[in-house]
Amino acid sequence: MAEDHSELSDVERRVRALETVLTQKGYIDPAALDVLIDTYQTKVGPRNGARVVARAWVDPLFRERLMRDATAAIAELGYSGRQGEHMIAVANAPGRHNIVVCTLCSCYPWPVLGLPPVWYKSAPYRSRVARDPRSVLAEFGVTLPASTEIRVWDSTAEVRYLVIPERPAGTERLSEEALAALVTRDSMIGTGLARAVGKT
Amino acid sequence: MPYVSHADIGGRSGFGPVVPEPEGAMFHATWEPRVHALTIALGATGSWNLDMTRSARETLPDYPNLTYYEVWLGGLEKLLIEKNLVTPDELTAGRARHTPAPIGRVLEADQVAAVLAKGAPTERAPAGPARFRLGQRVRTLATPADHHTRLPGYVRGKTGVIERVLGVHVFADVHAQGLGEDPQWLYTVVFEAAELWGSEAKPGHSVSVDAWQPYLEAA
Repeated sequence: MAEDHSELSDVERRVRALETVLTQKGYIDPAALDVLIDTYQTKVGPRNGARVVARAWVDPLFRERLMRDATAAIAELGYSGRQGEHMIAVANAPGRHNIVVCTLCSCYPWPVLGLPPVWYKSAPYRSRVARDPRSVLAEFGVTLPASTEIRVWDSTAEVRYLVIPERPAGTERLSEEALAALVTRDSMIGTGLARAVGKT
Repeated sequence: MPYVSHADIGGRSGFGPVVPEPEGAMFHATWEPRVHALTIALGATGSWNLDMTRSARETLPDYPNLTYYEVWLGGLEKLLIEKNLVTPDELTAGRARHTPAPIGRVLEADQVAAVLAKGAPTERAPAGPARFRLGQRVRTLATPADHHTRLPGYVRGKTGVIERVLGVHVFADVHAQGLGEDPQWLYTVVFEAAELWGSEAKPGHSVSVDAWQPYLEAA
């Protein structure tokens, strides 16, 4: 490439150089990169997981299947594959809160949550959540009763965890779609709770 | 040279507060999704496996100073050079200078959806019964590994309880060294905070890890 790249940062130049070498050597199909980028920016994300949670809230039989074999139950909704090959759903309940981390890298259930946020992959969260989950939750504005038992799930193998948050009060009349809108990404990692009705 | 992972930071202090970010934020520069896509595309060539990728990243000497996708970029360059797919002088020059090495396949655009949907399951058929049963107390290995491992330092030499039996899975420690899959029984083992953190333990929580059978002995 002969364009002037002087406006690029060092890392941008390095990525361009790498991509050029790999393309010239025939190791990559540039069109495949475009498909991959589009997939993870527009098709895979936490709205997938929110639909799983909402279905579990309204359909007790689905919830039962989800808790028994999450990989199969999630696949019923069309979500499967890379970084979600072996799924386990862990449900919050009164007195019990679940929170997920990967202290060793950034393992995260891509098919239902998309790619992880920066904080999930960063040292402050990874180092502290197993030792002091309540102080981490406080940084997300979440305070749980002292009597609530917290379980921290460290994703050290190829099993990926999806937290099923508690269904907010006063949502009996909401549609499944409206319920899904209450399910935040953070509530499915365990660093948040599902939104209360009427709040954004 | 001893194996040093810079990624095993569970339980350490001094990294500052967690900085939450809104749900839509995924990438923070246009090169980041490109590095993510390159990593998947090159992984699909079959030149290495996921455990080798993690090993390459966690042993980058400057890991603590790198952003997340800089770690991915460094790990990818390192694997490409180790496997003789590219040379350092090609990366410096930004153009191919040597004959391409043979690779398993090139991921084509029309294969992407199917490849992602299939993923790479790690569960294998058991060759024998599980050694540990639900509810059994087990102790983890105390000595550090001299290779890639998925038993975090903070949980070494600790006693916990088998909570789930997860089936037989490709053993990351062996797989990362290019020595085959060596599938082993995998368990969820739960530890009380006091067991992990002693007198500094905060009340009201427990921590679980997923541990392969070779990490464990009966307690």
